[in-house]
Amino acid sequence: MTDTTGMRNPTFWSLLAESPILVAGASILAFWLLVAIFAPFIAPFGPNENLVPMALPGDRTPGGRTMWLGADHLGRDVLSRIIYGGRTVLTYAPLATLCAYTVGVTLGLVAGYKGKWVDELLSRFADLVLAFPVIVLYIVIIQKFGASGVNILIAVTLASSPGIMRLVRGVVLDLRTRAYVSAAQMRGESTLYILFVEILPNARGPLIVDACLRLGYVTITIGTLGFLGLGLPPPTPDWGGMINESRHFALVFPHMAIFPCIAVSSLVLAFNLIADGLRELSLAD
Amino acid sequence: MSPPLLQLDNLSVSYRTRRGAVPAVVGVSLDLAKGESVGLVGESGCGKSTIAFAIMRWLAGRGEIVGGRVLFDGRDMAEMSRAELRQVRGKRVAMVFQEAMSALNPCLTIGSQLTEVLRFHEDIVGPAATKRSLDMLSEVRIPDPERVFRAYPHEISGGQQQRVVIAMALLANPALLLLDEPTTGLDVTVEASVVKLIADISRRFGTSLLYISHNLALISRVCERIAVMYAGEIVEAGPVRQILDHPVHPYTRGLISCLPEAGADKIARPLMPIPGQIPAPWERAPGCFFQPRCTYAVAGLCDSAHPPLVDLGTGSSVRCIRAGEIEGEPIIAVPGQQLAAADGVAVAVERLSKDYTLTPPGLRGLLPFAEPLRIKANDGLTFEAETGRTLAIVGESGCGKSTFARILTGLERATGGSVEVGGTNLARLSVIDRSREQLRSLQMVFQNPDETLNPSYRVGKQIARVAKRLLTLGRKDRATRVRELFAEIRLPAGIADRKPRHLSGGQKQRIAIARAFVGRPDIVIADEPVSALDVSVRAAVTQLLMEIQRTHGTTLILISHDLALVRYVADTVVVMYLGQVMEAGTTTQVFSAPHHPYTEALLAAQPRLDGNQEPVAPVEGETPSPLEPPVGCPFHTRCPRKVGTICETTRPPEQVTAEGHRMACHIPMAELARVQEKVLA
Repeated sequence: MTDTTGMRNPTFWSLLAESPILVAGASILAFWLLVAIFAPFIAPFGPNENLVPMALPGDRTPGGRTMWLGADHLGRDVLSRIIYGGRTVLTYAPLATLCAYTVGVTLGLVAGYKGKWVDELLSRFADLVLAFPVIVLYIVIIQKFGASGVNILIAVTLASSPGIMRLVRGVVLDLRTRAYVSAAQMRGESTLYILFVEILPNARGPLIVDACLRLGYVTITIGTLGFLGLGLPPPTPDWGGMINESRHFALVFPHMAIFPCIAVSSLVLAFNLIADGLRELSLAD
Repeated sequence: MSPPLLQLDNLSVSYRTRRGAVPAVVGVSLDLAKGESVGLVGESGCGKSTIAFAIMRWLAGRGEIVGGRVLFDGRDMAEMSRAELRQVRGKRVAMVFQEAMSALNPCLTIGSQLTEVLRFHEDIVGPAATKRSLDMLSEVRIPDPERVFRAYPHEISGGQQQRVVIAMALLANPALLLLDEPTTGLDVTVEASVVKLIADISRRFGTSLLYISHNLALISRVCERIAVMYAGEIVEAGPVRQILDHPVHPYTRGLISCLPEAGADKIARPLMPIPGQIPAPWERAPGCFFQPRCTYAVAGLCDSAHPPLVDLGTGSSVRCIRAGEIEGEPIIAVPGQQLAAADGVAVAVERLSKDYTLTPPGLRGLLPFAEPLRIKANDGLTFEAETGRTLAIVGESGCGKSTFARILTGLERATGGSVEVGGTNLARLSVIDRSREQLRSLQMVFQNPDETLNPSYRVGKQIARVAKRLLTLGRKDRATRVRELFAEIRLPAGIADRKPRHLSGGQKQRIAIARAFVGRPDIVIADEPVSALDVSVRAAVTQLLMEIQRTHGTTLILISHDLALVRYVADTVVVMYLGQVMEAGTTTQVFSAPHHPYTEALLAAQPRLDGNQEPVAPVEGETPSPLEPPVGCPFHTRCPRKVGTICETTRPPEQVTAEGHRMACHIPMAELARVQEKVLA
């Protein structure tokens, strides 16, 4: 049945109802977003407040307030640091993904549409970056330029944009043969217009799914960088950094490592569930 | 009388969707005797494929038989266990699908897929199975069975794939063969030979056929009885000749009169499109489902009660309250308008050539300096299109007709020769180098309605954009121009706010025509503009295209494989084969003897509705690969009129009559005229 005239447009909510996976993912993400936004109101303590070093989960401060997830070796409340750490990761992961996408999508569009030597050059360069071990790449970049928010963005962009470029290029190779692209050429549209107005909007399906997955990877990456000590400079609450600091004490005081780990995993899981859900929905129609 | 082999008893099938249950088939009853062949005709979305799947009890999870029964050999399919069903499917009832490529497993050789059928259903293995499979491949007239047996599906052509699928279906010697649009997507000459094969085989093996197609002419070549379906139910059923010669239901009449008749031209007998489009299942009208589109409908009668299927006593039955009254009424035809005389040449093509170079396949391609493969997509084309008239370019897939369109529009650059439009040679002028005036004066209508419009934007906005680019109109004038165009293509202006996915194929193609005519171009090239549409819609869109062309005096270059359409629409015709012009002339010249042997084959392959029911296969074999085009005359490998070795060695000379009828053949035109008249007489 090709005729869909008069068909109700499925609403956002009815779409959600159709994919429980998407609902689950979106709920977890919404939870972390709310936590990050309202961190000062939710967190029982400040993220860098020194209370009781090595307090166990449930211990009380001298003031009689409960530290539900315990405290770390400097006496900072783990729960509060996780809550504030959510702000870090939920700022940098989307920002880094956005940067990677801007670069990757632009290059992918150009490579796929122009073809020939442009494509050859860009694709070989992408291969080069992709063939390089990512962790080594991160270490080189950040050791060289120092650990800072901006450098994290640069590192993630450099490492992820070749993959995005590959994806976009593939979609464009298919889309550029469509008659509406020929029609646009035949009314004298510029290459820029054809790339961003005619082609890009129709590539959104696979790109949205990929973006959700990639948000998950970038979350892990930021965690990894934090763990390697290449993340944001120390006092900043950062999940990866927290796991790193717990290394020496993990056998005796596992709470320092377990809770930040759960936080990272749940957020990555949320992004993956959303990606799966979106893919499921796009296949259903 | 023995009980029928297959009996559909008041069958109803619904699909579960987001909208709730959607009835796809409503109360269909149909009997099929042993050895009988029945055709199921209807436009897309009328439920004909659903019936085939319901017979196999294979409704892909979402479908459900909600009423009635399917009796096969007197047994209710619904009561069979899974194990029994597996035995019936493939062994007693076999199915041939529309796309042969997706019916074959690309990872297995043809041979292993064929022998698997025998192993599963007949317990035959080893050399015996191989022999049976090879025999069956020769039965379906595959020229080189041993090679095909070892080949993978992608290594054989589309026509051969469909033959393999038919062979596979016949291997277990089924009692019933379901064919769902088995030739859609094949070239006409290949289609004709596959249809002939199907007809021969059902006769020889005594297999019953249920042939599903939207093509009335094709069905009439194979089937003894026809059932016409509309909106999920049968509206008319009966013997083939009865239905074709004395159709009663207005829908059947519409289906017949919207086909361009062989021999009729556009001035004497315009196409009669059926207005509107097939309703979605949830939009079916009260009373008779066809009543909103019916020219015979009477308010208060047709829209009150749903008509029953009534036996007419002539062997056919019809679902129309007014059947008795309208039976004798002639089909009303409005005479068309006379064409303006041509003044001058709009497009002059001379010795135009386009070579593509390919990297050789396999490891050889990785070597530097590997000799690239050359494909001559266009090889020395010469012809002219007259101003304000219609030139048709005819040929099967791979003949280079679309390549020519891409060169003319500047999407590709020619490698040699010239295309002159308004004194400028456009052959090597790429689209980015053309001036706005050049772009405006030459526009194109594309083939596939699903790809022609950008799915992301409202259609009105897309047309306005063209007005902005080509006519440099301001915002207000653009809106006016869009309204004008919508009036011209006879679509309600409200459609402008819709996105393409909310439009039907016919509506999309109308919008595409509007988009081509925004800048009032002098020349429009249309590449198979209606071949993807349903028959009834096809007529309406063709009519529209011709009408707009006439009002604006546009030169139209129509690319098509449909000879009936070409004969109907075109003033001059160019017949192409493997990148070369085989024959060129006015429509009358090309469609009457002498024909080039290739044109003759195309004409013979054309399915027709008139008396001659015997399926014919005009030429065997398929178009050779353009990678290795035959030396000499490109058609000699399939030509039934080949005169000798000269055809294989020397390129045929071009013969030109005083009236301008040209053809490339070694046989003198007078000689061709003599032998061809004998055949036709």
